[in-house]
Amino acid sequence: MSSSIALHGFHGGLRLPGHKIAASAASSRACPLPPTLILPLGQYGGSLAQVLVAPGDRVRRGQLVARADGLAANVHAPAAGSIVAIEPRPVPHICGLPASCIVLAVDTDADTDDRAICFPPMVEWQQADAQSLLERIADAGIVGLGGAAFPTATKLGYPIELLVINGAECEPWIACDQMLLRERAQEVCTGARIMRQIVGATRVVLAIEDRMQDAAEAVRAALDSSTDIELVEVPTIFPQGGERQLIRVLTGKEVPSGGYPVDIGVLCHNVGTAAAVYRAIVRGEPLLERYVSVTGHGVLAAGTWRVTIGTPVEWLIAQAGGYSGDAARVVLGGSMTGTAIATDAVPIVKASNCVLVLTTDQLRDPAPELPCIRCGECARVCPAQLLPQQLHWFIRAADWDAVESHALIDCIECGLCAQVCPSHIPLVDWYRHGKTELHLRADAQQRADAARKRFEARTLRLAQAQAERTERLAARQAVDEESPASDPIAAAVQRAAARKRSEGGPEHGA
Amino acid sequence: MIEAVLALSGLGVLLGALLGWAAVRFRREDAPLVDAIDRILPQTQCAQCGFPGCRPYAEAIARGAADINQCPPGGEAGIQALAALLGREAKPLDATHGSEQPARVAWIDEEVCIGCTKCIQACPVDAIIGAPKLMHTVLIDACTGCDLCVAPCPVDCIYMLPASSGIAVWRAPRPAAARLQNITFLRVP
Amino acid sequence: MPDLLAILLTAVFVNNFVLVKFLGLCPVMGVSKQIESAVGLSLATAFVLTMASGLSYLVYAWLLVPLDLLWMRTLAFILVIAALVQVVEAVMRRQFPLLYQVLGIFLPLITTNCAVLGVALLNTREQHDLLDSLVFGLGASLGFGLVLVLFAGLRERIHAGDVPAAFQGAPIGLITAGLMALGFMGFAGMGSRG
Repeated sequence: MSSSIALHGFHGGLRLPGHKIAASAASSRACPLPPTLILPLGQYGGSLAQVLVAPGDRVRRGQLVARADGLAANVHAPAAGSIVAIEPRPVPHICGLPASCIVLAVDTDADTDDRAICFPPMVEWQQADAQSLLERIADAGIVGLGGAAFPTATKLGYPIELLVINGAECEPWIACDQMLLRERAQEVCTGARIMRQIVGATRVVLAIEDRMQDAAEAVRAALDSSTDIELVEVPTIFPQGGERQLIRVLTGKEVPSGGYPVDIGVLCHNVGTAAAVYRAIVRGEPLLERYVSVTGHGVLAAGTWRVTIGTPVEWLIAQAGGYSGDAARVVLGGSMTGTAIATDAVPIVKASNCVLVLTTDQLRDPAPELPCIRCGECARVCPAQLLPQQLHWFIRAADWDAVESHALIDCIECGLCAQVCPSHIPLVDWYRHGKTELHLRADAQQRADAARKRFEARTLRLAQAQAERTERLAARQAVDEESPASDPIAAAVQRAAARKRSEGGPEHGA
Repeated sequence: MIEAVLALSGLGVLLGALLGWAAVRFRREDAPLVDAIDRILPQTQCAQCGFPGCRPYAEAIARGAADINQCPPGGEAGIQALAALLGREAKPLDATHGSEQPARVAWIDEEVCIGCTKCIQACPVDAIIGAPKLMHTVLIDACTGCDLCVAPCPVDCIYMLPASSGIAVWRAPRPAAARLQNITFLRVP
Repeated sequence: MPDLLAILLTAVFVNNFVLVKFLGLCPVMGVSKQIESAVGLSLATAFVLTMASGLSYLVYAWLLVPLDLLWMRTLAFILVIAALVQVVEAVMRRQFPLLYQVLGIFLPLITTNCAVLGVALLNTREQHDLLDSLVFGLGASLGFGLVLVLFAGLRERIHAGDVPAAFQGAPIGLITAGLMALGFMGFAGMGSRG
């Protein structure tokens, strides 16, 4: 039964058509291994993992091929094979720039994993201490599978009161979390319990959207009347599954601007992350695969797949029947926050949740941008309670102080403002531009401050050196004046001779 | 008539005394405007503005001896910020002082370096490490791209290379340029 | 007391010095590009206005009236205002040096701000006593500051928006000020009966 927790609302949001039937009608299928796997080394924005292998090396499934350095995640070989190259390859990032990747040629008989490397299963995890659990999660390379790909072990490192397991998959077309819950609810629940033990939460809530009744049934069956996890159904509004919106709905509290949920004692993890935690701890498996929905009118056989990390998108689409005749665009992600890719050679990464192939008639009319008519619809739907119209004006005018004070940092890029704008202004593109400009501006300011310090230190150093020189000169002049050597040249000759004697002495002696 | 003159003079004397007291009581020497201007300048210390460093340029702007559009490394963003601070109109960069370049850092070709320390002495932010007759190298994080080390090198072994590029420093473009930028795959409607 | 309230409210809204009497327009157009400098200048002007209002009344009542020198009041008031502005400048230079240097020429221009002299002269015409003068000066400065800050806020937002090239800068500013003046006409008759 649903918990009797009083739900609050969040500002804005829109009910959008789900389009999820195609991806959730049948059970998920395992995607066969492709001939080549591409493993990016970086979480974009964090640092690159350090490569441990070289081209030509043979690797086993589950072997650590790159170690996390700083804010990054471990990279494991998802299949047995040999390293072809470590080179820039296209990756799923909106900029379209390539990034450093490990390219792995998969063995033809690699489907058998009897030589796979795994960690020792921690079956008695209830007795384990938080530190060893966290180490296992970090070693397994687990990151947030909801899309942000933040290293999970770092996020679990704070004590909190309320742990929210986020199954509120609100974006149209995507059904991977729904399928995971339907088929592996037990893994999700155990993963949630492991997380609860690490952070010491007093409450655990598993939130799903109220239209996901199949998932609800599966979770209830897995929980089997135990009450340590509360199953809560939240209304199906986009972007209900956004971390801040979900926390607002469940607790009535708001995450502070520019802050994190941990600031108010809440932690939010995706259901996929919870299942990955279960596998790492109880089965000793690193993060090697994930659920991905392949959908849209542009593929012939839509569905949800269990995909090995590193599988090229073109391989996955081929498994899903290939492109239909009028396929026009491939989007990684959903129809609101997904990014269109320039080539289908990009790999599925840990953060990929959906491959959406749109047909020509589904594409949004690229109408020219009309002037803003100040209608205010954007502010009405913004779930972060921002002023999208003002942000747009300020970014246009490059008034970065005003942009910062209007909290651009809180924009979750959900796309609702651009969706409702009657002038077809690509608002989210403006905000992305604003965010990178602000970030680089802050960076430049830091560098300038550091350069100023170095310059001042150098000026000081030179001034001190100059002062010492003048002192020494003055001291020598004083010495000269005391011994009235009227001939300064003779005095200099005497000094040189004395120096030569003291230097030449030891050499003569030897 | 005499009362008018006396009255006004008396008033004037009284007020003058008040002013004199105020002038003494509220005396101040600092120049925080120079600090505020200096905070905006990019600290490249390259002297392209015509002044021997960023602080002298800031002082010149504060006393009205220099215009706000003489700093190429600060670029248009710098001019806008100075204009906003001083309440003046922004103007385009003065081309006689140089043009806005993308960020660059110096690189020393170690095959050629002779260890003469001339570049170390030239660097205004001590971003080159080395010693006489020993290898010199540039600390990329400290280099501001001011170009001052290139000229003194007697063997011309210092090159200015573009600063880091890639995903980490990618700038999302303004939407007019970004429309349909990546989305040429499969079909452009 | 109700009379004082009436004087205050009338000076702020009904007979607003900038938008109804059209005095003191120079700083309103010149210092309204940013809200920070607008606030700074309106506080400085408020101080000068109120003090000048009171001081000029005192000069009027204790010096000019007994000596029958009413014809010299303009000269005397200007003297008082100029001295006060210098004092404010010195204080600001010490306490708020950045604002002092940003406001620049507009601080001494308070001396020639016709609103300040206007308040002093109006006090004599309306035959206010000291308390009335002070309240009138306070109301005038509140109204001035209100308009200055509102106008600066509007100009900041307009500057970020889509203004046709021919209107950018002063033209759209003047149109905005005119529309604000139209708005303030709505206060006419406020507080009167019937």
